[in-house]
Formats: sequence, C-alpha cells, structure tokens
Amino acid sequence: MLEINHLSVAVEDKEIVHDLSFSIKPGETHVLFGPNGSGKTTLLMALMGAPRYHITKGSIIFKGKDIVELSMDERARLGIGMSLQRPPVVRGVKTRDMVAACIGEETSEETIARIAEEAKMGDLIDRDINYGFSGGEIKRSELMQLIAQQPDLALLDEPESGVDLVNIALIGELINELLQKEYHIKDRTRSGLVITHTGHILEYVNARTGYVMINGTIVCEADPHEILGVIKEKGYEECRKCLE
Amino acid sequence: MPGIESAKTTRDRAKAALSKRAPLSEDINLDKYAHSSDELPYQDDPSQLPIETKQQMIDVGVTLDNNSQRSGTIIQMDHSIIHSLATQEGIEVMGTNQALDKYDWLSDYCWKAVAVDTDKYTAHVELNQSNGYFIRALPGHKTVYPVQACLYLARGNLAQNVHNIIIAEEGSELHIITGCTTAPGNEPGLHLGVSEFYIKRGAKVSFTMIHNWTQETGVRPRTSIIVEEYGMFLSNYVIMKPVQSLQTSPLARCVGDNAVVRFNNILVAPRGSTMDLGSRVILDVKGAKTEIISRAITTGGDIIARGYIEGNAPEVKGHLECRGLILGEEGVIHAIPELKGSLAGIDLSHEAAVGKIAEEEVEYLMMRGLTRDEATATIVRGFLRVDIEGLPPQLNLELQRAIESSQEDAM
Repeated sequence: MLEINHLSVAVEDKEIVHDLSFSIKPGETHVLFGPNGSGKTTLLMALMGAPRYHITKGSIIFKGKDIVELSMDERARLGIGMSLQRPPVVRGVKTRDMVAACIGEETSEETIARIAEEAKMGDLIDRDINYGFSGGEIKRSELMQLIAQQPDLALLDEPESGVDLVNIALIGELINELLQKEYHIKDRTRSGLVITHTGHILEYVNARTGYVMINGTIVCEADPHEILGVIKEKGYEECRKCLE
Repeated sequence: MPGIESAKTTRDRAKAALSKRAPLSEDINLDKYAHSSDELPYQDDPSQLPIETKQQMIDVGVTLDNNSQRSGTIIQMDHSIIHSLATQEGIEVMGTNQALDKYDWLSDYCWKAVAVDTDKYTAHVELNQSNGYFIRALPGHKTVYPVQACLYLARGNLAQNVHNIIIAEEGSELHIITGCTTAPGNEPGLHLGVSEFYIKRGAKVSFTMIHNWTQETGVRPRTSIIVEEYGMFLSNYVIMKPVQSLQTSPLARCVGDNAVVRFNNILVAPRGSTMDLGSRVILDVKGAKTEIISRAITTGGDIIARGYIEGNAPEVKGHLECRGLILGEEGVIHAIPELKGSLAGIDLSHEAAVGKIAEEEVEYLMMRGLTRDEATATIVRGFLRVDIEGLPPQLNLELQRAIESSQEDAM
C-alpha cells in the first residue's frame, strides 16, 4: 500500500524528517509514537502532500506509484485521507459541504445524514466546519469526513487527543469502521498510520507495528503495546538512548 | 391640498441644492444624461415582454412568467410604470405619481425621511422626478409572498430619477424584492433612487435589493428608514456585477422603543467598478437593536465598506461586522466601521477583517479531494453565505440562488 524510501522532509528550509524508510501493507495499521516536535505531524503532512512540507530526498510509493509530485487533491483522489489534529475553521462552509466533498459525485442527502448520525454529528452538520466545535466534536468531524471519503490509507494525527473517556469509545468505533476492524484480517484492504500520544487508541485499533520517532528519525520498531509500556514506564528518555 | 406653501418650499430647497456635491465618492455630471423619455406602453401581461428583458429581470430576482409566489408586482421601465398589480388584500402597489394623486396625505411622507436638499442627487430627483414605486401594507396585513419591484433602464444615456415610498402600517408585515437593472449591452446610464421607508409600530419589513448594472452605469441611491416601536427593518443588498460608480449609505433611525434594524450587504466588485457602500443606524430609543453585516469581495474593483452605529439611549445594542476578501492581484477593500456612543451601559461592537483566502483553508478542502479552484470557489461561496434572520425561507432560498448564480459569472 505505502512504501517510504529514505524520505527527508523540510519545512522552510529546515529538515525535520531525516532519511525515513518503512512500509505499510494493505489492511495494516501502524502506530507512530514520539514526543512533541519529533516530526510525526510533519511526516503525515508530507505524505498527504501539504505544500509547506518539502520532500528533499527519497520517494513515497503509494499503490505502486511515486506520488511525490502529486498535489494534495490528487493524492486524496488516489485514496489517501488525513484527519488533522487542529483543522481550521472555514466560515460559511458547512460541515455538510465538507462531507459532500468527501463523498464526491455519489453524494446524497441520505448518505450524508447516515454518516452524520453514525458520528453523532447530526446537530452540527449545518454548522460552519469546526466553528465552535469542542475537542471531541472536531475529532468526530474529522473521522466522519474520512468515513465519507473512504480512503485506502488513513493518516490519523492524534485522533484521541482532547477527547473525554466517554467520547473515546465512539472515536474508537469510528476508527474501526474506517480501518475495517470488523472484517476478517485477510479481508481488510484499508491501511492506517496513526499518531498517538496517550496510546488510548490502541484499545480500539488493530495495530501490530509501532514506531518511535525522535528528532525526525525512527529509533525503534516494535509491537505498539510493548512500546507504549516502555514509554509509560520510562518516558521518551529511554527511547532517546537508542539515538546515541 | 397638503400645503402649497410646503410644496413650494420643498422645490425651493431642491433648487438651492442642485449644485450641492455629495460628500462621498466622485461627482457625477448630471448634464451628461437625458432626463426625459418617451412614455412606454402599459403591459397588462408582463410575461409578454421580450425574453431578453425578462432574463435581465430574472437575474435580479424579478419573475414575470409565474407570479403565484408574489403578492404584487410593479415594473418601471425608464420613466414609465409599465405594470403594477397587487394580488393580496391589504397590500397596495402602484407608481408613486399615481399614489400621490390617490392619497392627499402621502405628500406628508415625501422627503420626511430623506432631506430633499441632502445633495444634488436628491434635489435632482425632486425637480425631475420620473415616478418610482409606492408599496404599502395596511394595518395588520401580512404579505404571504413578497412584492416584487423592478426598476429597469431600457434606453441608453438616460437618468432614471425615482422616488419610492414604502409604508408598513401598524402590525403589518411586508416582504419586498427589488431588482434594478438595465437592458443588455453596455449603454451609459444613471440611476438616482430616493427611497423612504416608514415602519410603523410593530410592523416588519424585509427589503431585498439586487442591483445588476453595467460598467457604464452611475448609481446614487438615497435611502432612509424610520422604524417605530417594536418595528423591524431588514435590508439585504446584493451587487455582484460591474458598475461604473455606486455610492449609497442608507440611514435607519430607530424612533420607537425596541425597534430593530438589520443590514446585510453583499458586494463583489469586478475590475473597473467602484462601490462605496455604507449602512448607518441611529439608536435613539430604549432597547433598540441593530446588526450590520457586510461581505465584500474584490476581483479587481475598489470597495469602500462603511458602517456607522450611533447609540444614544439605554439598553441599545449594535454590532457591525465587515469582512472583505481580496481575490487576485488588483483591487482594494477599505473597511470603515464606526461606532459612536453617548451613554454608559450601551453595547456597541464591531469586527472587520480584510485579506486573502487563508491558504490553510484551501489546503483543508484540497485534502478532501477538491481541486484548488473548487476549494477556492467553495470558500468564496461560503463567505457570501449570510444566514439571514427574519427572512422567509422561500425568499432566503431565492436570495441564495441569486447570489450563487451571480457568483458564477462574477468569479
């Protein structure tokens, strides 16, 4: 599904991600841990194709095609979707408009209503996107849009941050739907790359591969539950030792 | 006759003001335009008008083929009222001249809200008046559907000098769509329109005006509104097509406790257009409220978006919001929000923002699969979408439709 080879990413001439390589097979979800400022969001934004994030080296192969030169919308149409940690408010553009855009040509009022209901976003569907949304509503809105978009590769930037424990189960359910958790393992086709700080989301996603990113480099690849255990016990200081 | 002396005084004041320049915007030389035109035939059935004429009217919200959703229609072409009809009991729709003949008392309403000597344009309208419309809702009567009025400049190089009087009697409700436009082409023309609104106790008026001029049209409306106790005036003004020069600054005065005034202005200025649009509200009575919202876009033209709220009584509340979007490399938006308060405890506020579309917003939409152009168009469409409180849903829908169809041409 996704193959990253020796990828380096710079923002405003400063290299943030250095020489990164890993791959995600269809149906797999990988989890990315790392302290603030380690380059996790930069990596996801670069995979999505955000113009500020310059690929200075390496390749991104998605479905067998190098997508480095493709724009964000071209990548979205090819099957990459991303939920943002802090999406912008767009005044006048309704949440409904965003869901319709995600669904594309097949959009209908019924489909929008069904997806909104699933994400418990029915009350917010006619509000300006992200305007006055709580932390949990923003996360649900982002996942709702991805469910509408049905991407083959979902990039989730801290989908559970700022969400209370009641809402986190709903967020988990939405991620499960997005990543086909209810399917038999061999039937899953969608892949995910999830950034998490707290690890709460591990209770809801089927992830067997985790990475720790420190200073723009992956310092460790292991079972995500195991990584989480180490981080909880010893903090990222322990991970930094692997850099040395 | 209502005061020969007063009529004489009005004309004298007008004559004295004939060369009084307006304080804002460029001075228009009135001598360049013809001030008389042939009387045009009355149309019993306006749906028989030529298709291209009807299309121009449809573009400004005036429909002639099916009037089942209108409480009345009046069309003025050049200087002639070519059709006027009220289809609902308690609603009166006719040319101003006819109304002045019919009602002696009406002259008391002429130049009561707008001073005849405001500037050379008001003076000119008094001295060369070419009709206008009179719309009135009798006490307690409420329009089921809006009344539509069209002021149409058919002949090139003509000055249309109209005087409109709108009266909503006590407890009535009146919804009006006014479309002002010209014949297809790009002939020079001048539209001078004086509009005086009288909103009586507990009455409600929504006034939705769509302007669609040409690169050669000068436009100088002069509008004033008097709102009595518990009355409400809601204005929606839309101009999204080129105009040579537009300057207007309607003034609403709340004279009865708890009166409410709302202005929503939507402007798109293409290259070569100059638009100077303001809305002014004076809150002189207890509990009066107002909101002025402007959305201005330049695609190359110049816009001055003014707003003025003055609060002089307890418990008044006013908010002014002006947002401007600069699309492209040329064009200027100058937002001038002004607040004046003379009492402790009043609540007046404003917010103004002028800038380009935030790149972050465009990228957010592109992330969902929209191309850059589609994302930009969606954001612009959203920017122009003003949620209008107090407008009947059907009328709101028509307005949004008109905005969207104009937007497609304008962008």
